[in-house]
Amino acid sequence: MENKGLNKVDLIFEKIDNHEVLAKGFKMSKDEIIQEILNSGLKGRGGAGFPTGMKWKFTSEAKSPEKYIVCNADEGEPGTFKDREILDRVSNKVHGGMAIAGKAIGAKKGIVYLRGEYRYLLPKLMIELDSFHKMIKKIGYDFEIEYRLGSGAYICGEESALFESIEGKRGEPRNKPPYPTVSGVYGKPTSINNVETLVTAMMIVQHGAKNFIQYGTKDSRGSKVFSVSGDTPTPGIFELELGMTVQQFVNEFGDGDTKAVQVGGASGFCVPRKKFAETIIGFEGVPTGGSMKLFNSSRSMYNVLHNYLEFFTEESCGQCTPCRVGCQQLLKGVEKVKKGEAKSTYLNELMKLADTMKIAAKCGLGQSVGNAFKSIVGNFKEEIIY
Amino acid sequence: MYQVGNLVKELSDKHGHARESLMPILQAIVQKHNYLTDEAMVEVARELDISAAEVYGTASFYTFLDTQVKGKYVIRVCKTITCSMKGKSDIIQSIEEMLNIKVGETTPDNQFSLIETNCIGWCHKAPAILINDLPFTELTPEKVTEIIKDYMQK
Ligand SMILES: Cc1cc2nc3c(=O)[nH]c(=O)nc-3n(C[C@H](O)[C@H](O)[C@H](O)COP(=O)(O)O)c2cc1C
Ligand code: SF4
Ligand code: FES
Repeated sequence: MENKGLNKVDLIFEKIDNHEVLAKGFKMSKDEIIQEILNSGLKGRGGAGFPTGMKWKFTSEAKSPEKYIVCNADEGEPGTFKDREILDRVSNKVHGGMAIAGKAIGAKKGIVYLRGEYRYLLPKLMIELDSFHKMIKKIGYDFEIEYRLGSGAYICGEESALFESIEGKRGEPRNKPPYPTVSGVYGKPTSINNVETLVTAMMIVQHGAKNFIQYGTKDSRGSKVFSVSGDTPTPGIFELELGMTVQQFVNEFGDGDTKAVQVGGASGFCVPRKKFAETIIGFEGVPTGGSMKLFNSSRSMYNVLHNYLEFFTEESCGQCTPCRVGCQQLLKGVEKVKKGEAKSTYLNELMKLADTMKIAAKCGLGQSVGNAFKSIVGNFKEEIIY
Repeated sequence: MYQVGNLVKELSDKHGHARESLMPILQAIVQKHNYLTDEAMVEVARELDISAAEVYGTASFYTFLDTQVKGKYVIRVCKTITCSMKGKSDIIQSIEEMLNIKVGETTPDNQFSLIETNCIGWCHKAPAILINDLPFTELTPEKVTEIIKDYMQK
């Protein structure tokens, strides 16, 4: 496997001449834009990692006079805060990325779904959006963006729940298929992309796919913004080239006593010290939307797991039984084992339940509870039992 | 309890009477009055021509669309892992002592409500809280006491 080492990059937050990049983008045909994004190998930065070029291609092929580009700024995954920083510092690139995506898929309308926790950003964003609208009007391009706010529900980051929420309903995920590229918000073909994905797409139009693929590895092209928190002397937001190992990451950000890194937030994976060297951060190893939490040896991994399970139990939309009941049972189960009310072998039953949830839950929330559960219980069994 | 008066009508004229205007309308009522009364929800249902149960069902799904009385300043303390590791309990304790209420309660003068919430996106500056829309980060018991004091004088 390729290993690129730890490399700091400055592309996402780089100040650019938006007008110039957009004028270039709008001169390209929709097929040229899609081909450029396909060539770049860009994968979605929201966590799931679906190839962005494919998503745009499918949406562009859907036949409908009305289509949407939706920017997912719900950022609810514990430990992620990069989208807030991107919107705060370079919203013009987010808006620009949406306009370019709009051109590629044939959408005249864009919607940003901003989590309610970030409402304080709105007055500034409205001013920036206003000048953005004026600028593209000057270029002579017809495209409009609207902001919609969330109201404190993690599940609304799931794409179909997000559409429901925009439509004024409970944020309950839909059945798939149909996929958003066919039937998204208001039942129209929709490309939904993460904030950072849109900025990265803008950057690819600016610098060309050829330059973008100089960064990262075959499976994980480019660089990405990481949100670093927990037991680290340098918490914050860092743009790093993809392809480093957890060990290299810990060498840079650890406090000398790191025992585990949770990669990808509560729905991601826990990597213990003995696997730092062999684990690559990226789609060939542990994928991440950017959340990196470090834990040192003073931390109880039982407390970490318990906190995550509480999180899922509260944030499960409750629509399907495997997730609604499963989350509660996992939480109660580890509590029982800890108190000695259940034998340690009960953990094996709980591991099976987590597997069942992966298969039977309706959406990504229920399906990924097992990631943290199994990797924490699997690697830190003694801490869960004693 | 507050009287909604003309607010719902004004809001639905501004945002539109279609179902997709529901969230912006409810959010605007909460911005102004901090929570939703039954009266407000019934009024919204009438303006949008949907059943009151639909409005209530939607509102009750979202933690920020409170249907219980809330104070003028809603303090939300993040309880997710990083904040919890970095001293969230001390922050809660300071606020509880200062306002003489427990988590989940509202002061008798309806000025403050104290609730816990999940990750608010400031983990690198934990512990963090929101007071209405505004984030306050890297808190210590002393710092949060000063902040609440300022709000008491508003
Ligand atoms: C429970 C849950 C929460 C999610 N939250 C977010 C989020 O906050 N932001 C985000 O971009 N994607 C989130 N996603 C992923 C989205 O469903 C979707 O895959 C993503 O927005 C697509 O954009 P991308 O391809 O650019 O990554 C979430 C998924 C699930 C299952
Ligand atoms: S998996 Fe959980 S969050 Fe997803 S639909 Fe089922 S109950 Fe809702
Ligand atoms: S854990 Fe508290 S802000 Fe993220």
